[in-house]
Amino acid sequence: MSRMSGAKALIEALKREKVEVIFGIPGGAILPVYDALYNSDIKHILMRHEQCAAHAADGYARASGRVGVCMSTSGPGATNLVTGIATAYMDSSPIVAITGQVPRAFIGKDAFQETDIIGITTPITKCNFQVREASEIPKIVKTAFYIASTGRRGPVLIDLPRDVQTEESEMSFDYKVELRGYKPIYDPHPLQVEKAANLLIQAERPVIVAGGGVIASDASPELLALSELLIAPVATTLMGKGAIPENHPLSIGMLGMHGTVAANYLVQEADVLLAVGTRFSDRSTGNIKTFCPNGKIIHVDIDASEIGKNIKPYVPIVADAKRALKAIYDRIVEKFNRKERSTWFNRIQELKRMHEELIKSDNERIRPPALMAEIRNILPNDAIITTEVGQNQMWAALYLKVYKPRKFISSGGLGTMGFGFPAAIGAKVACPDVPVVDIAGDGSFLMTEQDLASSIAWKIPIIVVILNNLVLGMVAQWQRLFYGRRYFAVELKGIPDFVKLAEAYGAQGFRVQSIDEFRRAFKEALNSDVTTVIDVPISPEENVLPMVPPGQDLKNVMLS
Amino acid sequence: MGEEKKTYMISALVEHRPGVLYSISNMFRRRGFNIESISVGEAEQPDLARMTITIKGDETLVEQVVKQLKKLICVIKVSILDPNNTVARELALIKVNTPDTKIRTDVINYVEIFKGHIVDVSHDSLTIEITGDTDKISAFIELMKPFGIKEIARTGIAALPREMKAIRMETE
Ligand SMILES: Cc1ncc(C[n+]2csc(CCOP(=O)(O)OP(=O)(O)O)c2C)c(N)n1
Repeated sequence: MSRMSGAKALIEALKREKVEVIFGIPGGAILPVYDALYNSDIKHILMRHEQCAAHAADGYARASGRVGVCMSTSGPGATNLVTGIATAYMDSSPIVAITGQVPRAFIGKDAFQETDIIGITTPITKCNFQVREASEIPKIVKTAFYIASTGRRGPVLIDLPRDVQTEESEMSFDYKVELRGYKPIYDPHPLQVEKAANLLIQAERPVIVAGGGVIASDASPELLALSELLIAPVATTLMGKGAIPENHPLSIGMLGMHGTVAANYLVQEADVLLAVGTRFSDRSTGNIKTFCPNGKIIHVDIDASEIGKNIKPYVPIVADAKRALKAIYDRIVEKFNRKERSTWFNRIQELKRMHEELIKSDNERIRPPALMAEIRNILPNDAIITTEVGQNQMWAALYLKVYKPRKFISSGGLGTMGFGFPAAIGAKVACPDVPVVDIAGDGSFLMTEQDLASSIAWKIPIIVVILNNLVLGMVAQWQRLFYGRRYFAVELKGIPDFVKLAEAYGAQGFRVQSIDEFRRAFKEALNSDVTTVIDVPISPEENVLPMVPPGQDLKNVMLS
Repeated sequence: MGEEKKTYMISALVEHRPGVLYSISNMFRRRGFNIESISVGEAEQPDLARMTITIKGDETLVEQVVKQLKKLICVIKVSILDPNNTVARELALIKVNTPDTKIRTDVINYVEIFKGHIVDVSHDSLTIEITGDTDKISAFIELMKPFGIKEIARTGIAALPREMKAIRMETE
C-alpha cells in the first residue's frame, strides 16, 4: 500500500503492464495524467489526430502481439478515438484506450466537453470502465489489460473523471484478476478433436481456411505442419494473410470477393474444410448458401459466439487456434500415413498458375499487380506492410506476398480508410528495425496525412507508396462494373501534389513513371531515415481482379 | 432454415452494477434480437442480479442469443429453461372500471376465482394484483376487458428451474 494520486497510480499500473509507449493528444480533462507522465519513463507520442492515436496503438499491437495504448481528453478527444476503437474491435486487436472525463460531480450535467463515451463505445469494445474512485485504478487497469489481451482479443476503454485523477488514495497493486463472467476456453474438447481428425484423415480434398485467429495465437508453425501432413492447401482471409508463407506450394492466397482463383475454387471443391480463427464474413464466403457446397466444415474459434453465427459447422471446436491445430495434428499422426494425393496436389498447382499469369508487367504504364511483385522483390522478408482501404488494399492482399505472420496489417472488418499510415507509425514504433511500408490510395492517404508531422517529429520513418489514380478507385470500380459507368462523387479533384506535400512536412517525396524509376526511389526510401512518400500515378480505369460480384458463388470469378 | 419458432425462457445471472442492463439491452438491439419480456432483480447475493428473458425464435436464434449473452463480461451464467421443469411467474397490476355495484361484484368474483387480490379501491375503480404464469394473466386480462381496463402494469416473467432440473446449462 502506498498513498498517491489517481494519475500516478495509473502510470504505475501501466508500467506494471510493461507499457513503453502511449499514443495520444492531451486536453483539459486528462491533464493530471499528462502531468504524471512528465516524470515517467513511458514514452508519449503526440499524434495529430486522436483517430491516428488509436490506429497507431492498433498497428503497434498487431505488429508486436502486445497491447497498444492510446489516450485522449474527454468529449471531442474521446469521440475522435471512436473510429480507431471500432477498427480494432472488428479485427480483434488488443488496445487499451484511456479517456479523460469531466469531474464526477459534472457527469450527466452536459458539462463542457462531456460526452457519454461509455455509452458510445459499449458496442465497439470488449469491455469498458468508468472509474469511480481513485483506489480502483490499479485493479481496473490490470483487468483492462487482461481482458484486452486474452481470449478473443479486443479493445478496452477506461474513462477517468478528472477529479479521480487528482484524488489521493491508498493504492494496492497486487490484485489478482478474477472475473466470474470471463473465462476463455483455450483447450479443445478431445472428442471434437477426434471427430475433426477422423474427418480430415478420410478427406480426399481437404482445404484449410486460416483467419486472423491463427496470427493472434501465433499458430503458424502448427498450421504449416498440419497443412503439409494432410497436403491440405491453405487459403487465408485478409486478416489471416501471412499465417502461411505465401511462397509455399500449399499456400493458395486469399479467398473471397477478391480472392485468388485457386482459393475460391478449391474451397468450393473441398470435401472437408477446416476453418480456423475466422468468422465467415460475407467478404470471404460470397453467397453463404453455396459456400463449400459439398464439404463438411470443421470450425475452430476461441469465441463460441462465432460458431454457428454465419455457418453451422459439422464439427464445432471452441478453442485457441494454436492448441486446437496441435491437438488435431497429434491425433492424426498417431494413425495416419501420409496419403498419396498427387491428383489433388496437381489440381492445386494448376489453379495457382492462373494467378501468376495475372501479374503482367508493362514498363510503359505501371500496373498495380506488377508493382506489388516488385515491392516484394526489393523488401526484406521481415518488412511490415500496412494498407489503406480500397483497390490499393486488395492489390496488396492479392499480389504482395507475405511470408511471415504479423507482417501484413490492414483494416479488414471495418475497412477504415486512413488506417494504414498511422498503423504503420505504430508498427514502426513496435519494430523499429524493420522497414514499414504503407500501400496507400490517394483518397485514403488524405484522411490521415497530417500525421506525416508526427512521423517526422518522432523520427519514425515510413515508406508510403500512393497508388495515385485521382479517384476513389474501389468505388469507381463498382460504379464501372455494377452501375453502368455512372461515375459520381469519385473524382478526387483538388488532390495535392504529394511530392510537395511530403516536402512541406520535411519528408521526402518522389514521383515515378516507370517500374525502373520506382525501383530507384523505393531503394532510396529504404536507406532514408525520414519518411518517404512515393507518388505512383496509375490508370483510373484499373480494376482489381479477380473479383466475385457481391453475394455470388465463389466460383463466379471475374478475371477481366 | 425452416426451424420451428417457439418461446424460450433464458435465465441469466449477471453482475449487479450500473451499466450492465445497458450492455445487455444494447447487445439485443444491435444483433436484432427481439425480446418478448425481460425482468431483472437482485439475486442470491447483493452483487448479482438474475435476469429472465423470454424470446420467440428457432433454435439457431436462441443458441446465438445465449452465446452472445455469455460473451458479455458482465454476464456470469446463462441457461435455457425447460418449460416442463421451470417455475415461471409473472405479476400484473390491473386497474378496472367499476361504475356500479353489479360490475364491482362481478369483478370481485373473478378476482377470487383467479386467486388475485384487490390492492386499491376507489368509487369507480378497483386495482387488482394477480400472479401466475403468462397464460393465466392473459386469460384474466381478457375477462376484464369488457369491464373497461384503465391501466395495466406487468412485470414480465421471473423464473427458476425446479430443483436439479436445469436441463441444458448452455453451451460451449
Ligand atoms: C472512412 C471511409 N469512408 C468511406 C469508405 C468507402 N470506400 C471504400 S474504398 C473507397 C475508395 C478509396 O479510395 P482510395 O483511397 O483512393 O483507394 P483506391 O481504391 O483508389 O486504391 C471508399 C470511399 C471507407 N471504406 N472508409
